[in-house]
Amino acid sequence: MLRLEKRPQPSQAWTYATPLLAVILTMLAGGALFAFLGKDPLEAIRTIFWDPLFSEFAFYYRPQLLVKGAPLVLIAIGLSLGFRAGIWNIGAEGQYIMGAICGAGVALAFYPLEAWWIFPLMVVAGAFGGLIWAMIPAVLKVRFGTNEILVSLMLVYVAEQFLASMSLGLLKNPQGYGFPGSRNLQQYDSAHNADLIDGSGMHWGVVAALIAVIFAYILLKRHLLGFHIRLTGEAPRAARFAGVNPSRLILFCLGTSGALAGLAGLFEVAGPSGQITIDFNVGYGFTAIIVAFLGRLHPVGILMAGALMALTYIGGDIAQSKMGLPSAAIQLFQGMLLFFLLAVDVLTNFRIKPAKKEVA
Amino acid sequence: MEISSINPILLLASLIVAATPLLLAAIGELVVEKSGVLNLGVEGMMITGAICGFAISVNTGSPVLGLLAAAVGGATLSLLFAVLTQFALANQVASGLALTLFGLGLSALLGQGYQGVKPPAFPHVDLPILSKIPVLGPILFTQDFVVYLAFFLTLGTWAVLKYTRAGLILRAVGENHDAAHALGYKVVRIRVMAILFGGACAGLGGAYISLIRVPQWTEGMTAGIGWIALALVVFASWKPWRVLLGACLFGGVNVLQLNLQAAGVAIPVEYLAMSPYLITILVLVIMSADRSGAPASLGRSFHASN
Amino acid sequence: MKLTKLLSTAAMALGLATAAMAEDKTKVGFVYVGPVGDGGWTYEHNQGRLAVEKEFGDKVETVYVENVPEGPDAERVMTQMALEGADLIFTTSFGYMDPTLNVAKKFPNVKFEHATGYKTADNVSVYSARFYEGRAVQGTIAGHMTKSNIIGYIGSYPIPEVIRGINSAYIHAKKVNPDVQFKIVWAYTWFDPAKEADAAKVLIEQGADVILQHTDSTAPQAAAQAAGNVYTFGQASDMGEYAPMPRISSIIDNWGPYYVERTKAVMDGTWSTVSTWDGIGKGMVGIGEISDAVPADVKAEALALKDAIASGSYHPFTGPLNKQDGSVWLKEGETADDGTLAGMNFYVEGIEGTIPQ
Repeated sequence: MLRLEKRPQPSQAWTYATPLLAVILTMLAGGALFAFLGKDPLEAIRTIFWDPLFSEFAFYYRPQLLVKGAPLVLIAIGLSLGFRAGIWNIGAEGQYIMGAICGAGVALAFYPLEAWWIFPLMVVAGAFGGLIWAMIPAVLKVRFGTNEILVSLMLVYVAEQFLASMSLGLLKNPQGYGFPGSRNLQQYDSAHNADLIDGSGMHWGVVAALIAVIFAYILLKRHLLGFHIRLTGEAPRAARFAGVNPSRLILFCLGTSGALAGLAGLFEVAGPSGQITIDFNVGYGFTAIIVAFLGRLHPVGILMAGALMALTYIGGDIAQSKMGLPSAAIQLFQGMLLFFLLAVDVLTNFRIKPAKKEVA
Repeated sequence: MEISSINPILLLASLIVAATPLLLAAIGELVVEKSGVLNLGVEGMMITGAICGFAISVNTGSPVLGLLAAAVGGATLSLLFAVLTQFALANQVASGLALTLFGLGLSALLGQGYQGVKPPAFPHVDLPILSKIPVLGPILFTQDFVVYLAFFLTLGTWAVLKYTRAGLILRAVGENHDAAHALGYKVVRIRVMAILFGGACAGLGGAYISLIRVPQWTEGMTAGIGWIALALVVFASWKPWRVLLGACLFGGVNVLQLNLQAAGVAIPVEYLAMSPYLITILVLVIMSADRSGAPASLGRSFHASN
Repeated sequence: MKLTKLLSTAAMALGLATAAMAEDKTKVGFVYVGPVGDGGWTYEHNQGRLAVEKEFGDKVETVYVENVPEGPDAERVMTQMALEGADLIFTTSFGYMDPTLNVAKKFPNVKFEHATGYKTADNVSVYSARFYEGRAVQGTIAGHMTKSNIIGYIGSYPIPEVIRGINSAYIHAKKVNPDVQFKIVWAYTWFDPAKEADAAKVLIEQGADVILQHTDSTAPQAAAQAAGNVYTFGQASDMGEYAPMPRISSIIDNWGPYYVERTKAVMDGTWSTVSTWDGIGKGMVGIGEISDAVPADVKAEALALKDAIASGSYHPFTGPLNKQDGSVWLKEGETADDGTLAGMNFYVEGIEGTIPQ
């Protein structure tokens, strides 16, 4: 039998080696899966990981990586701050929805007025929507000590119902022949979050995600607040002695993650998606949780994890149409990748040793 | 058209059918959470159970074997989660979410070729004498046997948690794994068993949907019921009897709103659908006054490092 | 260089490349909103794809991506298909409307066909089926078959498409059975088997003995079967596995002929933008076999109605018809125009309840 022995310090080498190891393991297991389904495993893996980046049409897929990855990174950065401090916001999906609804609501309220200040106002409204939604679990936790994991999760369902109600009611496009869904903001210049350089995939959401990465990095490395966050997560009692105000930290972490998730929702609804519809949310809020952990809660790690997730989505769709793989196989493949990434992380913090005979 | 066209007896009887899969999955998750583990993969385990149960009962013609297979299927999937969180010490939230993704994909692959197939019928069990009681009889005692099974599972879980040594140990592990470890309990082993139990229950709940409530197989057919089960455990503040109550409430809201609609009562469906979650939050707030509810070690990894 | 330009150059280059090979292969792409195994909407579109393959054999190559969320993902999948040389792309969900137009703008040489939408372009056609014609046939059978005079109707979302179906079914049920009453339940989902089964059970418990559904799973059929003396109709798909009881007939979305025709048009170079709204006549809406549970005279009457609609001699919305509030909608002999039908947001006279807003 084997047993784990805690390393005195996380291994630097393994920190970098584990993601690579996980990807290799996934390719082996996934390859077996594809072979079992009667497809060429090498071609499938090449299609998923290589084609989006280096194939003939990579000029189109690379920008799409930004479009798909930006909301994931933006949300995951916010979440990671809280996760580090042991504050668990798993309701980012709800905050994402509320941000989109508030932001789009502002735009639709002013439609068809064209003015430069509409988009900035939408950004503020989007962040505000997410912030408010995240403040509910935050305030309840501070005031009553309720579990924020559960409250934030419950609020996702509430937000989904609210979204349905909005798309069928208040925000419905009056010229949409009665179909659910709002006007398309892509056709409303003042509200449209267009690519900054046409076709580059770089919209304001991508910029915001990059800024968030940099700020989070500085915050955690250089700022006292970042130190408090890390300290609270690693040694809560020591943190209290160091003068950390837990309530303020909870409000800050949940508030920030909510606002960032709201922003992600706003940038998505004003840009790539364009519309509030019943199925507007496609799970970014939940996937971002996985991204945060895959990135080991480190800003740069999250950036890379977000890109990897985006890659498997895009590559997965290519594999579907090119090779006729069912989407279920792609889902399973992604599941495997996550499992392996999560599993091998143990090597960073622990050493595997043969078990000693237990005494007594 | 008005409310009088709703038959309360039938309403309550179908409420129980809607509540059963929730109850099964939630009881399993309750035990898991009592041991201090948060498994967000209920939806994935349910749908895996749904297809395992369906495929086996179609191929063998035996619904009972199907249920058994569903439990095994759910437990097998949960074993993945157990390995990840208990041995590789991966984060439970992320692992649970990954499990759901994995389960949805796996079930869709396994289920290819089972669309449009009808499973063997599941007999209703009219309990002698009891089913003749007016009002209560048709509501409670003319259900299929899984309903009774779910009830006794709840009863058993309650009794074991409350009165037995095994229950005591389980709760101790969930409250303070370091102390439990110091007392010589095998924290990891106990948690793995709890996780397997939770997986088996979720699998049964899924199979209840594919074999009895709907009965058919379609991809993604659990459609979020696993997530509701998670909410339910919290709503119940980790108490088995309240899970039963909550399952009826959560299942009931949907049945009730459909009934009201059919009776011609105009109701804002979305807002009614929100209500169980809002109530759950309210319950959380009220409950936070007494600290008996949530297991203290919930969601934390354990490693016996000295 | 602007990307759009780059894209179209690439597409052009490909267009030329494929044109060279075009003698043997036309590439047709399909974007699906659900899994092909949903047994309903997406399943039938995939049957259409298979019909194209069967018709043209080696001359076509079809590709599809399933479970594509509406929005940017759909746009990406369409672009990807266009880049990989698709000549014709069918986008099979209403929510793909704006993405389809966006992509079509970038690939002027690729033809797009969007299902159930209303926006067209030089290289974007729209197509939909007049399901309400099938509803008229269903309504006629339902009106005859109900003994309790209560017909249950499971709607998905309160949108014109569904409301049209309810009105059409009601008008024709009422015609053969003046005492008929409709109980309408909105499931607020296209696909959630457990919820649909619950909805069917609720309707049955409240006295309905015929269930019509505008959601895509067979769950209501199963619920009706368990209940015994209840009749249902297949939706989107034939759902023949539930015949002869409870399923006594069905409306089938038959996309195959249209897909074959449009693929042929691309091969011949005769493709042009059209707004197709076909019904029973062109075979886009099929009436599944009426089972033996239906008496012969009812069956004959239903088939006669079907033939009248098919030949165009009868329009399911023919006046005199009033709106729910009693105001006149269509005068004697007048038929509804497509514009009104497309945006239908009212019940006809006699239906109780309000459309949720």
